[in-house]
Amino acid sequence: MMLDLPFIWAALIAFAVLAYVVLDGFDLGVGILFPLIPGEAHRDEMMNSVAPVWDGNETWLVLGGGGLLAVFPLAYAIILPALYVPLTVMLLGLIFRGVAFEFRWKTKRGQFLWDWSFAFGSIVAAFAQGVALGALVQGIPVVGRAYAGGWWDWLTPFSLVTGVALVIGYALLGATWLILKTENHVQHRAYAIARWVAPATLLLIGLVSAWTPMLSANYLERWLVWPQILLVGPVPLAVMALGFVLWRGLTRRRELSPFLAAQGLFVLCFIGLGISFYPHIVPNSVTIWQAAAPDNSLSFLLVGAVVLIPLILAYTAYSYWVFRGKVNAVGGYH
Amino acid sequence: MFGLEALMLARIQFAFTVSFHIIFPAFSIGLASYLAVLNGLWLWTGRSVFLDLFNYWKKIFAVAFGMGVVSGIVMSYQFGTNWSVFSDKVGPVIGPLMGYEVLSAFFLEAGFLGVMLFGLSRVGPRLHFAATLMVALGTFMSAFWILSVNSWMQTPAGYAINEVGQFVATDWWAVVFNPSFPYRLVHMLLAAYLTTAFVVGAVGALHVLRDRGNEGARIMFSMAMWMAAIVAPIQIFAGDLHGLNTLEHQPAKVMAMEGHYQSHPDGAPLILFGIPNSAEKRIDYAIQIPKLSSLILKHDLNAPLAGLDTIPEHLQPPVGVVFWSFRVMVGIGFAMLGIGALSLYLRWRRQLYDARPFLRAAILMGPAGFVAVLAGWITTEVGRQPYTVYGLLTTAQSVSPIDAAAVGASLVAFIVVYFALFGAGTFYILRLMNHPPHVAESGLAPDEPVRAGGIMPGPVMDAKGALPVAP
Repeated sequence: MMLDLPFIWAALIAFAVLAYVVLDGFDLGVGILFPLIPGEAHRDEMMNSVAPVWDGNETWLVLGGGGLLAVFPLAYAIILPALYVPLTVMLLGLIFRGVAFEFRWKTKRGQFLWDWSFAFGSIVAAFAQGVALGALVQGIPVVGRAYAGGWWDWLTPFSLVTGVALVIGYALLGATWLILKTENHVQHRAYAIARWVAPATLLLIGLVSAWTPMLSANYLERWLVWPQILLVGPVPLAVMALGFVLWRGLTRRRELSPFLAAQGLFVLCFIGLGISFYPHIVPNSVTIWQAAAPDNSLSFLLVGAVVLIPLILAYTAYSYWVFRGKVNAVGGYH
Repeated sequence: MFGLEALMLARIQFAFTVSFHIIFPAFSIGLASYLAVLNGLWLWTGRSVFLDLFNYWKKIFAVAFGMGVVSGIVMSYQFGTNWSVFSDKVGPVIGPLMGYEVLSAFFLEAGFLGVMLFGLSRVGPRLHFAATLMVALGTFMSAFWILSVNSWMQTPAGYAINEVGQFVATDWWAVVFNPSFPYRLVHMLLAAYLTTAFVVGAVGALHVLRDRGNEGARIMFSMAMWMAAIVAPIQIFAGDLHGLNTLEHQPAKVMAMEGHYQSHPDGAPLILFGIPNSAEKRIDYAIQIPKLSSLILKHDLNAPLAGLDTIPEHLQPPVGVVFWSFRVMVGIGFAMLGIGALSLYLRWRRQLYDARPFLRAAILMGPAGFVAVLAGWITTEVGRQPYTVYGLLTTAQSVSPIDAAAVGASLVAFIVVYFALFGAGTFYILRLMNHPPHVAESGLAPDEPVRAGGIMPGPVMDAKGALPVAP
């Protein structure tokens, strides 16, 4: 491992993607749970809990995509055509749910349409992200500097499972967020839902983790060969520990610990993915050094990133601070 | 699909999604600044009518901005899905500029939008104003970076080409401030301001026509007409400079705009109207003023001007589209100038709110800015064909190696979804605009009932009507 510009940028892009998953995950999750918590007032409350922050959360996705173009253009040029269908479906899903945030308040008669638009868009976007992730993990054929497969190659049992896993996982994030931000009926329902999706999430994490090493010799070697297993072994152990914390928080009706534990699970899964991928950015074929833009592109953008990312984190934290505490359906944030 | 190749489908898809997308920023850049001005005027004068107007336009801004965000995310991924070869080759130069756009603009807008929309009662008027300013600054920064990218593709500078065929920067200052960038930035920002001014003016005119005594409507109409009177002439001047810059760097584009198929060794005519006939290489039924084009472009009646006959056939842009879109843009520009001038005359005669034909004309001109922006966009983008990076990388060399079926299917999906969802959004915006601005205009209250008739008085909120006393 060496601390050069491509490595720093790989870490920054990974951070942006993780920030996206951690932040947009719970607001997508709120959308996924819309069908399970009917009632206009309850849905007002759910949507209001994320309305002031969803836009900032989704911006991390643009940083992930735009950043990849800037610093790993070859990876961007290979991965995006390979994931053409799931990414297009994701974008369409994000449009359906994004417009619902405003449109839902503009009509009484058509409100149910935008409720469905929000739920449907969130579920579709989450599923497509999971499928895209699975398709990337299982590997994509590369010839020269381009993707060399067809436009349905992404569709495998593995990618469908990762798609379902992400919908369930985001639902867990959404439920624990609602536990934190709401009261009474919505919170009560969120606890009940979380007690179903928490074990389901852990089960799916286990399934995907067991399946991944069978996909390629690289992964197998990374995870199951002595003595490397000593280095990577703590990750599954930590998943089990957090699963325990999550379950205890839910049964004891704690408000903060389930959310933090659920987010922790996502961070651990992400670290696990990082361990599987490194040093490749396109699994099994292109390393971060092969994909990196020339150093002067990396350093030009790094100057801005070093100054601006801490600023972004500061005013994002400020925005969350402004809207801290419980929301309620009647007054919203007003 | 329909016998079209992946290249053509990808071009149609990009043209479609970017044309939809550009409408929202063109509006929200100007509206964000307008909101900041209204917010500042409220704090400065303490007059609650400015807060009412702020809340009125804030609701419209929220809808337009939401659509801009989601249609913009599509753009940031489309470079990779449909134009992967372009991304690989050009990413090292334009990627960091787009990275700066995300870091310095998108996060700024998104981070402070929540506070601007929902936060007045939580953070107080001063911090709330700061948030409004940050949102406006964010829209400006976004325009700065993305137009730098677009300008570099039109007039590339400060680059070299490395051993794997990628463009790499040799001088970032030259890349960012490439030759056409200052002109394009000014021209586009003024276009955004004019677009917003004519929308605000149309809404103001509508409600002045219905109720001359509506103070909020009179103020927004008056402010919009000041903008039209001041900015429209500046815009025509800036557009002329932009055109001269284009003549220097992309002469073929200007030839297509002017309809000059042939060279004119001793003074070229200005063709006002006509029908481009690309097969015969001439303008049919041309109405033209002799030597005026040479005067405008070269400041000399007899200066020679080269025509498309000096450019190899396969490197010429399509003339018909560029010729017409340019005329639509210029025509609207002069109509805006006329409205602005007339408003000054009526203001001087103290008849600004009484001249009903003028108010009706202002309503008709409401969407004019959007049409002009799209027409200008088409002029510059079609006019630089057949290149993505001017003179260096052709559009045909830029496209992804992907099945036409994939591009075609996603194109159909985008068309259906955009028309349905953004159509609904436009409907909601028009309905909001149909409500008259009224005293004690509410903020974005989620429980606010829809007032179909627009006659129900707003809820009395004493805390929002006046400046809160400092704690």
